[in-house]
Amino acid sequence: MSILAISDLHIDLRTSDGPRPIVGGIDLVLEKGRIHGLAGESGSGKTMTALAILGLLPDSMTATGSIALTREGSTTELLGAPRQVLAGIRGRRVAMVFQDPSTSLHPQISVGRQLTDHMRHHLKVGKQDARARAIQLLERVSVPDPAGALKKFPHQFSGGQRQRIAIAVALACDPDVLLADEPTTALDVTVQAGVLQLLRGLVDDIGLSVLLVTHDLGVMSAVADEVTVMRAGVIVESAPRHQLFTAPQHEYTRSLLAALPGSTLEESPDVLVQELLGAPTGAAPSPATADAEGDE
Amino acid sequence: MTDQPVLSTTDVVVEYRGRPPLRAVDGVSLAIGAGEVVALVGESGCGKSSLARAVIGIEKRASGSVRFDSSDVPVLGIRRRPREFTGMQMVFQDPNSSLNPRRRVGDQIGDGVSAALARGEAGSDPADWLERVGLDAKAARSYPHEFSGGQKQRIAIARALAARPRMLVADEPISALDASTQTSVAALMRTLCLDAGAGMLFISHDLSVVRRIADRTLVMYRGRIVEAGDTETIWQDPMHPYTEALLAAIPVPDGAGRLPVTPDDEDRLSWTELIPEALERTAE
Repeated sequence: MSILAISDLHIDLRTSDGPRPIVGGIDLVLEKGRIHGLAGESGSGKTMTALAILGLLPDSMTATGSIALTREGSTTELLGAPRQVLAGIRGRRVAMVFQDPSTSLHPQISVGRQLTDHMRHHLKVGKQDARARAIQLLERVSVPDPAGALKKFPHQFSGGQRQRIAIAVALACDPDVLLADEPTTALDVTVQAGVLQLLRGLVDDIGLSVLLVTHDLGVMSAVADEVTVMRAGVIVESAPRHQLFTAPQHEYTRSLLAALPGSTLEESPDVLVQELLGAPTGAAPSPATADAEGDE
Repeated sequence: MTDQPVLSTTDVVVEYRGRPPLRAVDGVSLAIGAGEVVALVGESGCGKSSLARAVIGIEKRASGSVRFDSSDVPVLGIRRRPREFTGMQMVFQDPNSSLNPRRRVGDQIGDGVSAALARGEAGSDPADWLERVGLDAKAARSYPHEFSGGQKQRIAIARALAARPRMLVADEPISALDASTQTSVAALMRTLCLDAGAGMLFISHDLSVVRRIADRTLVMYRGRIVEAGDTETIWQDPMHPYTEALLAAIPVPDGAGRLPVTPDDEDRLSWTELIPEALERTAE
């Protein structure tokens, strides 16, 4: 069952030379209770796609097309939705987790308040109930001593614990969809493993649907059910995980898989450097990387 | 690589005040030659950054010594350093704080050029350095805020290399960058260092990047090096249980949908033991 359907999404950046396409007409369906991976290089438009879902694009960008959120048979169009509608959806039905938990959590507000504030706003629950629920959430994401954690501040936790807290905050209002933008990139591999297990567990246990944006194909292979590969604002390939990794159809997907570590030291850095510097590297694509750098 | 290492440390110890004092670096000895890229890996909090700062002389050492070329590196602090030590340059994690926001990029790279001139090395044009890191020579007249994070870090790299260092110490130089440009920037650093005949100590928690750019790898756990040697050998056949756990936690991109293994707390007990053979892994 589809929970989020993106169709013919275009995102343009307004520049003095006229609009420049960032995303050029993509279709993507997120099924309920699945993890859909969105892969691609810097500037392929994957993060902007995720931001467009919540209406969080920078003012310099405009989006057209359709992003439909379905719940219990009724469908809401998110693109161009009035502010009030979006406010009722952000954090309530669609929540987001970012790369760096030290910037996404407020440094001066206690973990407890960050967890309960929007719970009380969206769900209209009382203080006591919100607190009880916050403790449950922290237990679910395996933060030690949940009751004590409520009184602490983000800096008192390690990076991995902070990302777990950020996930708990995102889950506070029991959303249907979680958008996770490079959620484990800033973490140590040992910690990343735990967060990936947590994400998979949430999907399997509570039927959460996750759109996972990452450049890391290892992460993708570990948790994604479907994988969509983007390049320069368009989808080059979308397939079930196993098929994408074992029988990639598109040349670009093949080149991404071939570029994974394991290739030899002598040749791989040079290819990468050439890509970064925008020099032609035969079949390997480069405009996406070079282009995107400028508009981070 | 020459026989004489460019940089070597002997039993470096770094402690932070507290009760009891926190021993962040617990007796580390290492040597890096010219044209050699050595990676230092480990989880956050293992003492990687403290070691890097001690090596470059901005962190106080409780004991131990650091030698650069043939002179002992004193604890220098963050003030202007003696001329001979500008041959050691550092690239920090966050270019937003390492670049001066109020000075033009070209002038900041020019500082590096002056440092090279002061040591009697050849001068160079800041604009050339910008081109070598893939930026437009015209960028010299711009200010740091006009660039993206990845571009700013490349400017910081250009500034460090303009000083014609014999040793580059890079502390998590890529972790603040957009995830998908990290590997390319790391590869660029390797290429530029080798071109310049400099050695590099590259600190990172990202093992897959390290595998691609480092000749040798040092694995650090709780302030001590637990495994060291040829990168590919360590990767293919880790000897220390900590290295094994680190590598096992990396998800394999095979499409099988296997979740990576998280180490148990009991495992951590065995990680502190030292295995002498694991400290000298050589390529087969």
